[in-house]
Amino acid sequence: MAEKLATREAYGLALAELGAKYENLVVLDADLAAATKTGTFKKAFPDRFFDCGIAEGNMIGVAAGLATTGLIPFASSFAMFAAGRAFEQIRNSVGYPHLNVKIGATHAGISVGEDGATHQCNEDIALMRTIPGMVILNPADAVEARAAVEAAILHDGPCYLRFGRFAVPTFNDKETYKFELGKGVTLADGNDVTIVASGLTVSIAMEAAELLKGKGIGARVINIHTIKPLDKEIIVKAAMETGAILVAEEHSIIGGLGSAVCEAVCEECPVPVVRFGMNDEFGRSGSAAKLLEMYGFTAENFAKLAEKAISLKK
Amino acid sequence: MDKKKLSSIALRIRKNAVAAVHAAKSGHPGGSLGIADLLAYLYFEEMNVDPKNPKWDDRDRFVLSKGHTCPAYYAALAEKGFFDTELLLTFRKPDSILQGHPDMKHIPGVDMSTGSLGQGISAACGMALSGKIRNKNYHVYAILGDGESEEGQVWEAAMMAAHYNLSNLCIFVDSNGLQIDGPVAEVMNPQPFDEKFKAFGWNVCVIDGHDLDQIAEACKNARNSDKPTAVICNTVKGKGVSYMENNVAWHGSAPNDEQYAIACADLEKLEKELDA
Repeated sequence: MAEKLATREAYGLALAELGAKYENLVVLDADLAAATKTGTFKKAFPDRFFDCGIAEGNMIGVAAGLATTGLIPFASSFAMFAAGRAFEQIRNSVGYPHLNVKIGATHAGISVGEDGATHQCNEDIALMRTIPGMVILNPADAVEARAAVEAAILHDGPCYLRFGRFAVPTFNDKETYKFELGKGVTLADGNDVTIVASGLTVSIAMEAAELLKGKGIGARVINIHTIKPLDKEIIVKAAMETGAILVAEEHSIIGGLGSAVCEAVCEECPVPVVRFGMNDEFGRSGSAAKLLEMYGFTAENFAKLAEKAISLKK
Repeated sequence: MDKKKLSSIALRIRKNAVAAVHAAKSGHPGGSLGIADLLAYLYFEEMNVDPKNPKWDDRDRFVLSKGHTCPAYYAALAEKGFFDTELLLTFRKPDSILQGHPDMKHIPGVDMSTGSLGQGISAACGMALSGKIRNKNYHVYAILGDGESEEGQVWEAAMMAAHYNLSNLCIFVDSNGLQIDGPVAEVMNPQPFDEKFKAFGWNVCVIDGHDLDQIAEACKNARNSDKPTAVICNTVKGKGVSYMENNVAWHGSAPNDEQYAIACADLEKLEKELDA
């Protein structure tokens, strides 16, 4: 069994590590440093960490102002309050002037757990996707999360990074892993169906592919760590070669990766696409493990949905 | 620069702002006229900026938090030499760099894109904080609307500026008493500004926002303060154009040709009075 670590933990460690390498890196938080893990950076670089208090709109504006002077600010909060509450600040003060602000949004999706629906953001990708020039990164494990943070630093422009609260298996190799912004990663080959996954669903998708293999079904698994700009090439190729797609994401099925894949496939190579994520409903309180099982984030369910996608082929 | 010259620049800013709004048949003349004296003082006396090197890292910064009054801002930048004055007549046209609200990506001299109210002051805080982090001596100035201060974000920023001792930040509150829906006091009263900013931990002074001596004194006061400074400026919306003064109808509408002729005559009369 692979080791497990939440991507938010990897985010905090990455900031603290990369703070030494990139001297113009500064970090802002909105009274959640202990939870978003920016506290790890604060401990290492107290003079470059600024708590903005519970005032996310102002935090994003301050980040924009810092970025105009050449600093690289990471502004952190829960996805709900970063992408949700501060949407318009991100749109107008960061997106429109294309400022070099990184939004480190943790506690995305229902795996927030016990805090319940008010804190479980299933809408952030949909919101961020509509902002011109915004890059959206959703790493699947600790190794990818660290790499995504550095890729965001090296990218000149606004970037939304999505991290989870719940510990997920680390399946990438720290020594050999290479992160290429905007490029999907094929983790398993197969020609009967494709499972497109991102973030927490990636390791579940790989388990599902194993189950399908047992039934003689070849499932291709693609990890989309960069949701925008989307790697259309890898998606369209998968549509052509496998003829059916399941998209599995920890986000609303409205406006997220599922929608992005549908948009790409519809225009260039229409094939059946089954979208899995949170349906058009709010989440609930409960342990993350219990909620994930309850809402169908299991290898068995993904395998079943992949077979459904296959059955829709003409 | 002597006061007469500054007054004359302020009048040119007014004339060019109204000309831009007239040419565009759209825009916000009232508030633009109200901040012309502040802009003239900031750009021609107070701020250390270089039109030949608009991105110079050690420059003072300016944020027009009430971005809709950009006709006066654009006129001031053109007057200072950041771009050609003729460009002002392309205001609000699709192919112009002078968009309806300030766009830092395309307009030389604009330090922050603004327009959505309440956001500019936060960016100004970020610039000031960066100056502290990087041991820079520059100052950050911003103009905030009185109606704009109804946005909660303004007070989030006010809290932060005092918390981080942003003594290099000076905000002018353009208190002209009018917003789109009517008198600020009737729509949603944000007064008293002086007591509010004091309570938030700021250095505060109250001035006549059209009196260059008082503006000069306030800037001096801000430079010597160990706290962020809020200068509450009592101003007249529409200042200098007879029929626009204190008339909310001119918040966001353009004069027709006849009205424009009157506006020009009003401002030319003021120029003659200044020369006399």
